[in-house]
Amino acid sequence: MATKERISLNVNNKSYDLEVDPNMPLLYALRNELDITGPKFGCGLAQCGACAVIVDGRVMRSCMTSVRSTQGRQIRTIEGLGTPENPHPVQKAFIEEAVPQCGYCISGWLMTSVALLEENPRRSDAEIRQSLSSLKCRCGTHMSILRAVNRAAKAMA
Amino acid sequence: MTKQANFKFTRRDLLKGGGALVVTFGMPGWAVAATQDGGSLSKPPLMPDQLDSYLSIAADGKVTAYFGKMDMGQGVDTAIAQIVADELDVPFERVGVLMSDTEYTLDQGGASGSTGIRSGAQPLRNAAAEARRVLLDLASEKLGIPAEGLMVTDGIIQAKNQSSRQVKYEELIGGKYFHVNLEWNERLGNALNATGKAKPKTPDQYKVVGKSMPRIDVPGKVFGQTPYVTDIKRPGMWHGRILRPPVAGATPTGWDQNSISDIPDAQVVRIKDFIGVVAPEEWGAINAARQLKVTWSEVKSPFPEMDDLYDYIRRTPHVEENAGGGFGGRVPVDEGPVNKALEGAAKVIEAEYEHPFQSHACMGPACAVVDARSDRATVWTGSQKAHKTREGVAKLLELPVDKVRGIWVPGPGSYGRNDAGDAAMDAALLSKAIGRPVRVQGMRHEGHGWDPKGPASVITLRAGLDAEGNVIAHRFQAKGFSAWDVRSNEASPSDTLAGLLVGWPKNTRHNYGTPSESYDFPTKLHFWRTIPPFLETASPLRTAHFRDPQGPQVHFASESFIDEIAAAVGQDPVEFRLKYLTDPRDIAVVEAAAKAAGWETRTSPRRDRQSGDVLTGRGIAYASRGGTTVATVAEVEVNRQSGRVWAKRFVVAHDCGLIINPDGLKRTIEGNIIQALSRALKEEVQFDRNNVTSIDWLSYPILDSTEAPESIEVVQINRPEVAPTGAGEPSTRQVAAAVANAIFDATGARIRRVPFTPERVKASLA
Ligand code: FES
Ligand code: FES
Repeated sequence: MATKERISLNVNNKSYDLEVDPNMPLLYALRNELDITGPKFGCGLAQCGACAVIVDGRVMRSCMTSVRSTQGRQIRTIEGLGTPENPHPVQKAFIEEAVPQCGYCISGWLMTSVALLEENPRRSDAEIRQSLSSLKCRCGTHMSILRAVNRAAKAMA
Repeated sequence: MTKQANFKFTRRDLLKGGGALVVTFGMPGWAVAATQDGGSLSKPPLMPDQLDSYLSIAADGKVTAYFGKMDMGQGVDTAIAQIVADELDVPFERVGVLMSDTEYTLDQGGASGSTGIRSGAQPLRNAAAEARRVLLDLASEKLGIPAEGLMVTDGIIQAKNQSSRQVKYEELIGGKYFHVNLEWNERLGNALNATGKAKPKTPDQYKVVGKSMPRIDVPGKVFGQTPYVTDIKRPGMWHGRILRPPVAGATPTGWDQNSISDIPDAQVVRIKDFIGVVAPEEWGAINAARQLKVTWSEVKSPFPEMDDLYDYIRRTPHVEENAGGGFGGRVPVDEGPVNKALEGAAKVIEAEYEHPFQSHACMGPACAVVDARSDRATVWTGSQKAHKTREGVAKLLELPVDKVRGIWVPGPGSYGRNDAGDAAMDAALLSKAIGRPVRVQGMRHEGHGWDPKGPASVITLRAGLDAEGNVIAHRFQAKGFSAWDVRSNEASPSDTLAGLLVGWPKNTRHNYGTPSESYDFPTKLHFWRTIPPFLETASPLRTAHFRDPQGPQVHFASESFIDEIAAAVGQDPVEFRLKYLTDPRDIAVVEAAAKAAGWETRTSPRRDRQSGDVLTGRGIAYASRGGTTVATVAEVEVNRQSGRVWAKRFVVAHDCGLIINPDGLKRTIEGNIIQALSRALKEEVQFDRNNVTSIDWLSYPILDSTEAPESIEVVQINRPEVAPTGAGEPSTRQVAAAVANAIFDATGARIRRVPFTPERVKASLA
């Protein structure tokens, strides 16, 4: 393990100074140092998406992204998307479709869909299916996820 | 914005706020203010014959239902809130459901066999009805009006003819205990029931039950606010990881402390054959587990070659057999009558179906937090049965059961006896060893590699036909690993990895299943045989309940075979089923599914020549489960070049008695279909002679969004006169057969082994 260094992070528009192993994946910094627990540990192998966050507008798997590489960049997590009073359109659609079952995967699907639709909301169902194909949901909520993302795409277009 | 349904407990506060859970007067979730009349402030013991064990009304009028089961996003808690709201006549939004905390809820069996509503709701329904009756009595006294002259709307009791004379529930009892006795049936677990003097309402009086109320748990999950067991932090908590042997069955013989000397404060904990690491930080624990050099004992390779699995099952002598189905008593297997009938048949059809080991493969590897002190312990677990987890932890730590508190917190998926119970025992041992709260979460390779598996089996079917093509004999034989090598809960450490590693004896029980259907075949013998587990110690191929226990295996075989008989006698698969089915509800779902799917009556496979690479076909399968009955039509596309199967459309006809929440039901069924489809098309635990080699999502792929169907249509048959019988699992068991039957319809090729991978399908077309 490398020795700890001082790292500054910007998460959901707030700045934080941490003392951590710079090679540690961002996921552990968020969850354990900052108590931002929306992103989940699913695989640690960039295979499932449970840990997805948005860094400078692009979705990334925080389980395989070192804290060091995200220094000074804008990190967004599910906590920074919207609130019950003012939800992000994708969150609104996920609620309307009552998507989650266990919900452990949901932060990842949300963040990935947000990045996709914020880049360009004009997406066909086929494009949406393709763009989300590397995410896992063991409960099998795919049908409601796809309905929700299609719904959000329309709302955002 | 959608209205945010129901109040929620600030569980985060409950879980984090120092020491044990602090609540005023024992009512979690809100401050309780004392008022003058009725009730009492002293907390009665948590007993099944106490109304207060099921329900409380706070000073602000909020109602809490204490529910000894849990919900994994299928809306069980929402349904409970609906039921309680209707019985009590309070708005749905005012009801909160506190689930599976041994301090506040009775042992109602946890999540089990889709009984959440079937059995779990009963005592709560009765308690709510009784509470309403008691409140009417209190109001009658207070208002000086006989109870018959009162009515209740939204928790306000008023005179029928004079609305100004009224009193609110909370004014009568808010923040206090009822101290009312119920009649308890002296059972615990799923069977627990208690009744009061009041008679619950009849379905025609329901206002909220039967409506698609918004699920209570959804907003928390969508805004990242629901705390999961993985998110629990305790003061002074360390992190642990367990080391598993490279060859299953090997035990640690030593380790090199230097290999982790660069990790601050990391320690090794070894207790007999159990070895783990702990560190103050999670990243430290992860690295310590990666780096620690452990030497392991030399053991013989425990498993056969994977290619040999089904022959291994065939040739291994069985240790138990039963013609009495899964959970009932033992019925001896008497092959005489069926064999005689088969001998006398004009024609005998036979087929054999193979089903692999499958992994729960939960979205996250299991996690638990345990705070073990010398005289007590608390365990936070995502296990389906927090009451059982506490029992197991108590035994493992040698503490009295009532000194251990089990708190259920949502975990990363469930679907049966997954790895959650193992994590709790791991954390308990580590916490006790270092005298601190310890959080354990496995890494991905443990989630896949070491979770209990759905059992592999070979199922043989034989049918005898008379000269006219009528079925006169039907023989079903399942042979495979027990679904109870690991029991469905962790009440005994013997049913966990850690327990076995520290010397608890293995406790395999034998259980499998037979088809659940109502076909009238004159001579029928259905039975199962089980073989011993590969290992008598901690094993990555131990077997346990995985959604719908053996339902998928059993009905893949039995319902594929029904189509094989139909094809052999030249009948349409729906017509053939209808000819033999006897239960009117079974007949109704088969008819409803066929109708909604636009089923065209003809024999399979289809005779018209299809051009191009993509062949299409349709198949049906039906099965019941615990009173719920389901028929499923699948429409598939089979690419004859690649062998790839896409199940494009499903139509499911579903009858689970009284429907509580149609929207929730639809989504629960969709989830079952997707998971079952994933298992049918893709899932097979790989292993070599030494260990499981499916250790991540690449080596154990599941269905993704490009493979999801275009549509899943659900026909819900509501039977208000029939008590609800559960929907968490019953629509799982038809899927593999419906798809296999559709592949046969499309191509004429019969697939008798799960999963239907492109290679396998392509090979069968050749
Ligand atoms: S946890 Fe990062 S992709 Fe699975
Ligand atoms: S909702 Fe459970 S894994 Fe997706």
